[in-house]
Amino acid sequence: MTPFTTLTSIAVPLLRDNVDTDTIIPSREMRSTGRTGLADGLFAPWRYIDAEARTPDPDFTLNQPAAIGAAILLGGANFGCGSSREHAVWALREYGIRCIVAESFAPIFRANCIRNGLLPIELGGDAIRAMQWHDVNVDLAAGQLRDGTVIHTFTIEPEPREMLLEGLDAIDLTLKQLPAIDTWTQTDRIARPWVYLDRPEKIA
Amino acid sequence: MAAMPGARRPLAKSRMTIALPRTLVDKIWDAHYVADTASGAALIAIDRVFLHERTGASALKSMATAGRPVRDPARVFAVMDHIVDTRPGRGDTTTMQGGSAFITETRSAAHDAGITLFDVTDRDQGITHVISPELGIVLPGLTLVAPDSHTCTQGALGALAWGIGSSEAEHAMATGVLRMARPKTMRVTFDGRLSPGVTAKDMALALIAQYGSGGGAGHVVEFTGSAVRALRIEARMTLCNMATEFAAMTGIIAPDEETYSWLAGRRYAPEIFEGPYWASLITDEGATFDREIMIDASTLAPMVTWGTSPEQAIPIDGTVPQGPARAHDYIGLDAGARIEGTPIDAAFIGSCTNSRLSDLRRAAALLRGKHISPAIRTALVVPGSSSVKRAAEAEGLDKVFIAAGFQWRESGCSLCFYAGGEGFTPGSRTISSTNRNFEGRQGPGIRTHIASPETVAASALAGAIADPRKIAG
Repeated sequence: MTPFTTLTSIAVPLLRDNVDTDTIIPSREMRSTGRTGLADGLFAPWRYIDAEARTPDPDFTLNQPAAIGAAILLGGANFGCGSSREHAVWALREYGIRCIVAESFAPIFRANCIRNGLLPIELGGDAIRAMQWHDVNVDLAAGQLRDGTVIHTFTIEPEPREMLLEGLDAIDLTLKQLPAIDTWTQTDRIARPWVYLDRPEKIA
Repeated sequence: MAAMPGARRPLAKSRMTIALPRTLVDKIWDAHYVADTASGAALIAIDRVFLHERTGASALKSMATAGRPVRDPARVFAVMDHIVDTRPGRGDTTTMQGGSAFITETRSAAHDAGITLFDVTDRDQGITHVISPELGIVLPGLTLVAPDSHTCTQGALGALAWGIGSSEAEHAMATGVLRMARPKTMRVTFDGRLSPGVTAKDMALALIAQYGSGGGAGHVVEFTGSAVRALRIEARMTLCNMATEFAAMTGIIAPDEETYSWLAGRRYAPEIFEGPYWASLITDEGATFDREIMIDASTLAPMVTWGTSPEQAIPIDGTVPQGPARAHDYIGLDAGARIEGTPIDAAFIGSCTNSRLSDLRRAAALLRGKHISPAIRTALVVPGSSSVKRAAEAEGLDKVFIAAGFQWRESGCSLCFYAGGEGFTPGSRTISSTNRNFEGRQGPGIRTHIASPETVAASALAGAIADPRKIAG
């Protein structure tokens, strides 16, 4: 995973509440079992006048000339609600978005962001509205977001912060604790035998 | 036959400890705690993983590429539900362009990984959150995850069951644990008796309408109170199903005698639930939650959504309030309009929210001997599982639906969402027993009104959004 340290980008506003993952990447745009080839379908219902013909809607925020190459997206409340599809985050990443600043995030979407090097920052609505179309600087280690002369501090739990800063692979990290997991499982097999379905009596 | 564990005896004074009262969620969390991580999160053991063909092949293929085996394949399950066709005589072909690859690749990845697959033509095929309880794969006190947001449905059986992304699914399969921070807890108490014609679906919509789509943000919500206790198991699943529409991590209902009787002897469940462990799966008196919400169930009416978020729901005899301009524009209803009587073009009964036998029975009771309005261009019933379909057919419900003008389908997620291929007529206004009324969720430009199966049936008869309480069943 690509580490996230600092980032400077124009902050593109998408200031709607309840932006859902069906809109971020519609089911019909998820055309293979892979994790790539999704950027073209990002926000398809809003980004295109005709999604099939890929005719851009000039009014949509990401189609503004100033938004070209943007890596920071601004959102409202409950951003990323709906389906758990990680394709929403893969599509955003492939498009070039590295950070979303929103009033709040849906929990599965937020966890998916962290697993894919996309920094979710929660800030108040006034601060978010004030920074639209500004060049904004994000410093994850410092927990600061600089909008011109205004500095906002943000917090993120220690574990996601470290994963993002170091670009760590969660599975590799956890596998280092495999002995503890094995010990726990051996004890649990005795305490809760019904959980384990490979028991001989369960095999017909 | 299920036996409830013995009544709890008062503790002798000498055995009294100063253990703090705990919530059910605390107890499940503590029972699954393996270790801390270096940065202060916890490794939490995951008892069951469930995959479907929309995201399953992707997760399994990624693991295979990384050379990571599934740690305990006996506890990982997969099913074809999302993209699979629901028209009679189906196979691997789907109307979605490229859809077959999801099915064939999931099949081969499941085979290679050695996990249990309920394939397209399997007797036990069905929607993940319908078949997992049917087969006793989910049990009280277990942790279960699936790369599907509606995994919260399964909390109705007293498990901590929640939706995750594909990467987290890989993590759970490769390591047997997830890295987590302890979730906040919320208790939602529904007391009082539901009026006739008011259902678990209406309870969920009323909660979300009152407290917002973000109202449960990140919490595990325990549903309790006399109105929740009075719900049968299938209705409890409907209530928990909508927890994700409340931005909750999940919903849960403490298991009771009904839960244990319902589960006992199912294929992957114990024959009998006996002993102190099962009795302990309740929230202790005096346990505290981070948040509490109380709702008087006796005041609730059938609910229907007017807009593009589940929070935009109103009683069926209500009027559309002023909401975001975008929602009014998309749905084509102005503030002040009466929702009842709004003409509709399509009706859908199905999805992990409302596709179980009891849902189909209640809808069929209203439709029996009647025919839907000629204004309805598409009317579908999609049973939640192949076993629900067989049970419904054994009761003749299929004939009731077909005689009323509904299509009777094979089981799957179907038009709860639009994957391409089969869809409603462009521009349709649908009444739907599903969970999401997002813009475009059921197809480009489709305007969705979410309601109970009863309200869908009544509306299909009227050709307009209708109050099921006014129809003689």
